[in-house]
This record gives sequence, structure tokens and C-alpha cells, in this order.
Amino acid sequence: MEANSLKSNLYGVSAIFSDTKKIAEITHKVAELGYKNYDVHSSFPIHNLPKKMKLKWSPLGYIAFVLGISGAAFGLFLTWWTMSVDYPLIIGGKPWFSFPAFVPVLFELTVLLASVGTAIVMLFIIFKFPNPKHPLHDTEYMKRVSVDGFGIVIEAKDEKFDYEKIRSLFSEFGAEKIFDIYYSPEELNYKPKVFEPKFIVFLIFLVVLTAFIGYFVNNKLFYMPPFDFMLYQFRVNPQEESTLFADGFAMRPPVKGTVARGQSFYQFKGQPEEAAANLINPLLPTEQTLALGQKKFNTFCSPCHGWRGEGDSRLNQQFPNPPSLHTDKVRNWTDGRIYHIITEGQNIMPSYASQLSEEERWAIILYIRALQRSLNAKLEDVQ
Amino acid sequence: MSRDYDYTIEAPIIEQNPSHSHINDAIARPLETKPTWKYYLALGISTSMLLFGVVCWGYTFYYGIGMWGNNQPIGWAFDIVNFVFWIGIGHAGTLISAILFLLRQRWRTGIARFAEAMTIFAVITAGLFPLFHVGRPWLAGYLFPLPNQHHLWINFTSPLIWDVFAVSTYLTVSFVFWYIGLIPDFAMLRDRTTNKFKKTIYSILSFGWRHSNRHWHHYEMLYLVLAGFATPLVLSVHTIVSFDFAVSILPGWHTTIFPPYFVAGAVFSGFGMVQNVLIIIRKVFDLEHIITIDTLEKMNKVILATGMMVGYAYAIEFFIAWYSGNQFESFVFINRALGNYAWAYWVMVSCNVVFTQLFWFKKIRRSIIPMFIIGVLVNVGMWFERFVIVVTTLSKDFLPTNWASYIPTLYDTGILIGSFGLFFTLVILFIRTMPVVSISEVKGVVEIFKKQH
Repeated sequence: MEANSLKSNLYGVSAIFSDTKKIAEITHKVAELGYKNYDVHSSFPIHNLPKKMKLKWSPLGYIAFVLGISGAAFGLFLTWWTMSVDYPLIIGGKPWFSFPAFVPVLFELTVLLASVGTAIVMLFIIFKFPNPKHPLHDTEYMKRVSVDGFGIVIEAKDEKFDYEKIRSLFSEFGAEKIFDIYYSPEELNYKPKVFEPKFIVFLIFLVVLTAFIGYFVNNKLFYMPPFDFMLYQFRVNPQEESTLFADGFAMRPPVKGTVARGQSFYQFKGQPEEAAANLINPLLPTEQTLALGQKKFNTFCSPCHGWRGEGDSRLNQQFPNPPSLHTDKVRNWTDGRIYHIITEGQNIMPSYASQLSEEERWAIILYIRALQRSLNAKLEDVQ
Repeated sequence: MSRDYDYTIEAPIIEQNPSHSHINDAIARPLETKPTWKYYLALGISTSMLLFGVVCWGYTFYYGIGMWGNNQPIGWAFDIVNFVFWIGIGHAGTLISAILFLLRQRWRTGIARFAEAMTIFAVITAGLFPLFHVGRPWLAGYLFPLPNQHHLWINFTSPLIWDVFAVSTYLTVSFVFWYIGLIPDFAMLRDRTTNKFKKTIYSILSFGWRHSNRHWHHYEMLYLVLAGFATPLVLSVHTIVSFDFAVSILPGWHTTIFPPYFVAGAVFSGFGMVQNVLIIIRKVFDLEHIITIDTLEKMNKVILATGMMVGYAYAIEFFIAWYSGNQFESFVFINRALGNYAWAYWVMVSCNVVFTQLFWFKKIRRSIIPMFIIGVLVNVGMWFERFVIVVTTLSKDFLPTNWASYIPTLYDTGILIGSFGLFFTLVILFIRTMPVVSISEVKGVVEIFKKQH
């Protein structure tokens, strides 16, 4: 090889020294002479060397601090937003934002982000790793350094680089061996391989594989045992017959001649006029009972009768329209008559006895009375 | 020999003052030689144990956790006992690698790498138990706050969720700490090997590390930062594990002494395990001058100290049970010592408090076989400690009609055996694939002592 081409891909001149004292001396000298692009290599960190190399204080401590604060802030936001804003639940009588209970999660996220983040910053941003193609790799020099040598390299790109001068400087300080280090030609002409067909095919393969696994897991795997525990349970679904009971029903009727706790026997079955004459509303129209009545009316009555009982329901035209509750006929009915209709049903209106407790039925009636009064107010109501 | 008895002079951490190339050779030897039949025997035993555990876990996976002996009122048993046990084993590693690093205890160099690796393996093993215990392990992803179509989030006020965060953070940070330490050693192996396949692997693993002092400068700072974060982290992990119990309202669990008591116990059992495994490693791989008897003696002192902390906690629990005047609390502790699980309680006390007192004698601290036996007993005792805490409290709760005894099934025991199999399989594979001692740190320590003499 000609001397000229040798120079063109020269990375630097390196020297091996045999102990820490010698390497400290040469480093001191090189730094004094004002070289910038040089580096000292050893298989363990040598103390005082950063000082001799005039290296700046490592910023990693500050980076860790900033990342730790970010972790804590993220943890605080996550716990606050999920537990107090997006889905507030009262758990164990704690307030929605129960900070002491969030501290463990906050702490863990602080540590996680600070330590992992700092390591990533150091390796991939400060050191620009991975870098397995550096010219120093696979050289005799590196092999000595990783065992017991202490090496120094002055790069050819340094302004003060002078091949002969550096070599003589190194031997003056007692270098054990001096090596020239070259870039390999392939590396100088290296181009990124992102768009190579092989890589593209690999990416396509990954996409197909991921899609297939996703499809398989969601549509097949979760319907196979044991993943389908929740799908097949010992219960009777709608339209199925119970195999346990002779009559095929899953639900059991109450034992004959008994009344369940909290319910009473309805004595006016099929006797609307009797009910109208004998039943009296036990509730007083207070704020509480009217609020209960409104809630239950809106839930169970308004789908057909409308929000104000005018028969203008949301289900208009889908079913025969129910009558308005503001006719004279209904207005003049007693509470007992209306109670009978809610309990037993009338025409196509079904019974609401199973959905509404007795108290709720009476509360609804109070609310209907209030509606009737509001749409048919007398002059003195306004005054 | 006189140095052994004079504590005013710091004994060299690495004996025989080896050359740097000797350190490289000694530590890389297990990676470059063919294993003997003993290695395969050990691997065979541990993988058989693992296989047994896998079969038992497979049954549990398919049929559900009804295969276990857990039943009302004992909803937590072997699964949680083993979880706490293995997490505890891990704590010694971080203590050695992070806390002793901050305290400038140089004797940690010979054992730090190995202890860190054991931390990672122990946490992996521990993490499997809550996973089994959720019953449907394939849905365990919902333990993390993943956005989902139900708009439902996890309960951040629950100690069990704190556990998820603590253990996963612990695993991640331990792994990063361990890996950062391994990078220079992988680079050394890359420069050393002549095998092309190995070279590719080590090149990838070392990220192209080139022993540069400009890098070492940042590297040392990162190591300090990581040690600084790992120290409160390791204390927090077992504290949070103890919250699983202490935040509940059951007598015997609801005590404020639990966090420090658990942390001391974790370090105690972890040191027992590290000491046991290191005794075998240094013998088998001729690392007796790097992992010295002085180091082992120091570990035994830690075992003695933490063992007495644990003993103190046992005593204080009894004192508080009496002093509080709470009859449920008193009952639980009298039941522990004299009730149907009294045998477990006395196994725990004798192993953790009584036998470790033998470490007061210098001769026992420095002889291999007695210390090995005591190390095994420490782990037996610490396993029973968790058993006593979990099972005795649950077996006799407030209502005497609920009282029951816990009998482990074959599957419980199988998974316990399998967990040991998993742990030791990972350890055995580790010692043949990665440098078990930190080469760069040992070289640094040797250099320091060269200067002093």
C-alpha cells in the first residue's frame, strides 16, 4: 500500500503503556499540548484521569433528576386523572384524590423513569451506541487494552495531528507498543441498509405474523378451553330450559301461601273499583317522595306516557299511543285507581308490580298529581 | 495469617495479587471450557424439578386454582408465601450491588455480579406466583393501567397494585443495573474470543463498548445514579410487599413494624442464599482467591446482624400484642406459638434466631461447612416465617365457626419445587454463559491494593 492512501484512511495513532502511572503521565502531556480528539482506553476506570483529560462534569446526574421529576409528574397525573376524573370511585372511604395512597406508585414511576431513562440517554445518546463498527474494534490495540494494557489514541482529524511528532512523543514516554489504526474501506463507504429488499421482506413478514397472531388469539384462542371459562357457565340462558327442575323454569315461584319479606298481598286483584274506593296514598307530597316519584316516573312511565304524561312518548308511532294523563277522567280518578293500574296493568300496559315497590308506586302517583296540577294550573297557583 | 485477626488493617479483597490477564482468564474460563458431567448432573436435577413444577402449573392453568389447598378462610397460602420468599431472596443482590457500593464497601466486588443476577432470577421466580394466583394468567395484563373500552382503570389505592408497580420496577431497574455492569465484561469477552459466532453475540451484547475513558467517566456517574435509585427502591419493594398484609385489618398482619421487619428478613434470607450458592461456585470454578473467605465472613456477619433484627421483630410483635390489650391480637400470637401451627413457628424461631447465633464464633464464621448449613437453615426458617405469617393468621380469624387448617396439595408442593428448579436452572445457565464476577471492578480493586503495598 502506498503511503498516501495509508494516510487517507488513517483513524489515528495509538500506543500501549504498561501501567497506570505511565498512562497518567502521557495523558497529562497530551492534554497540555492542546490535543482535542484523543482518547484513553483501559479495561477499568482510572482515577484522576478525567481531571487530567480536562473532561467536563458528567451531566447524567442532572438528566436523572429531570427524568425523575418527569416520572413523578406522570405518576401524579396518571393517579389523579384515572382515580379522580375519568372514573371516580370511592374505595375504602378514601377521597377521590387520596394522595397518601398514590405515593407508592408515584415513587416507583420516579425510580423507573429516572434509572432506565438515564441508562438509555447514556448508551444511545451520549455514547451513540450501538457502534460495533468503530475502527478501534478488532485491532491488536483493543485486544491489549481489554486485557492489561493502558492505551491512548490521537485521532487523525485533530488539528494538531502530526504523524511523526506523535509517534516520537509516545516512545519518549515509554510506550510499550505503537499502532497505526485505519478505517476499513467498507466502513468509509457505508450506507444505511434500511431500504434493502431483505429488510423490507422481513418487515412485511413481521406485519403478517403479528396480524395472524392477533386474529388467532382474539377469534380462536379465547374460545378454546381453558380460556372460555367465562363463556360456558352453569346457568340457564334466556330461551333455554333448565334441566334441574321438572317444570323447566330456572327461577322458582314463591312457596304457595307465603308472602316474601317487604311485600304484601294485593287484595284487590281484578277489582279496580274496589281499589279506587279503599286504597289511600300513605305518602305525603314531600320533596323526598316527589323526587323519588320523578325518578321512577322518568325511568318506567315516561318511555310511553312522555316526560310530562301527555302521551307524547319517545316510542310514538311504534306502539298504540297511550292516553294522556291530563284528561278529566284520569284527573278525577282516586289515587287507589291509579295504583291499581300500575300494579295490575291495563289494556296493553303490563303490570309494574315486579319493577316498582309499593312505596315507589305511591311516590309516582304523587308525582303524576304534581304534573296534572302544573299543566292545569289555576289562577291562584300563580298568585 | 496474623492479618486475619487484626481488623485495623484492611485485608486485600482479592488474594494472591493476580495479574490482569490472570483475572480475565480465571473469570472467562467457565465460558470457554466444556462443562464436566457434574455440571450436567446439576442442570439435570434442577431442570427435573422445573419440569415437575411446570406440569403442576399446567394443571393449575387448565383447571384453575381449585387444584390448590387454598380454601375459605385461607385464601392465601403457598402462592403468597413463595412470592414473598423469592422476592426476599432478591433483596440481598441489590443490597450488595447498590447499598454496599454507596457505602464504599470494596469487598462487594467479588460477589456483586452474582448477587445481582440472583436478584433478577429470584424476582422472575417470585413474579410467577401472583400470576398463577390470579387464576386466569392470560388476563394479567389488566393489572397495568391499560386504556380499555370499558374506560375502567385499576385501583391505585390498593396495595396489590402497588405490588405490581414495585415488583415490575424492581425487575426492570435490577436488570438495567446488572446489564450496565455487564457491558464492559462483554466487550472484554468479544476482544478475547476467536469463535466467530460468539464474537457476533458479544458484539451485539456489548453495544460496541471500547473501554474509552471518556465513556468510563459517564459510566461511573451512571453507576452512582443507579445505585442511588436502587437503594430506596430495594427498601420500598419489601415495604410494599409487607403493605399487602399491614394495610389489611387482620390481627397479626395489621402492624406498623411490618415494613422494617420484612426488609431485614429479606436481606437475611437473601444473604443466606447468596452465601450458599457462592460457596459452591468458588469451589467448582477455582475462584477461591477472588471470592475469598474474608468476603464470606463479612456476609456471615450481615446474616448475624439481620437475624437479630428479625428476632427483635418477633419479640416486639409479642410485646405489642400484650401491651395493646387487644384480645384478638393477643390470641393470634398465642395461637402462633402454641396453636396448631406451633411446630412451624418454632422451626422459624430456631432457624432464624437461635442457630444464627453460632456466627458469634469466629471459627464458625470462617469454616465452610458450618456456614453452609446455617445458610440453608436461614432459608428454611425464612420460608417458614412467611408461612407462619400468612397461614396462621388466616386459619383462625374472628369467627370460630370459620376456623380451618390448610393442607397443601400435590400441586402446591409441586409448584414450590418447580420454583426452586426454575431459580437454580437460571443460575446454572448463567454461570456458563456470562462472567460471574465483574472483571473491570476486580481489576480496579486489585490496582488500588497494588498502590497501597
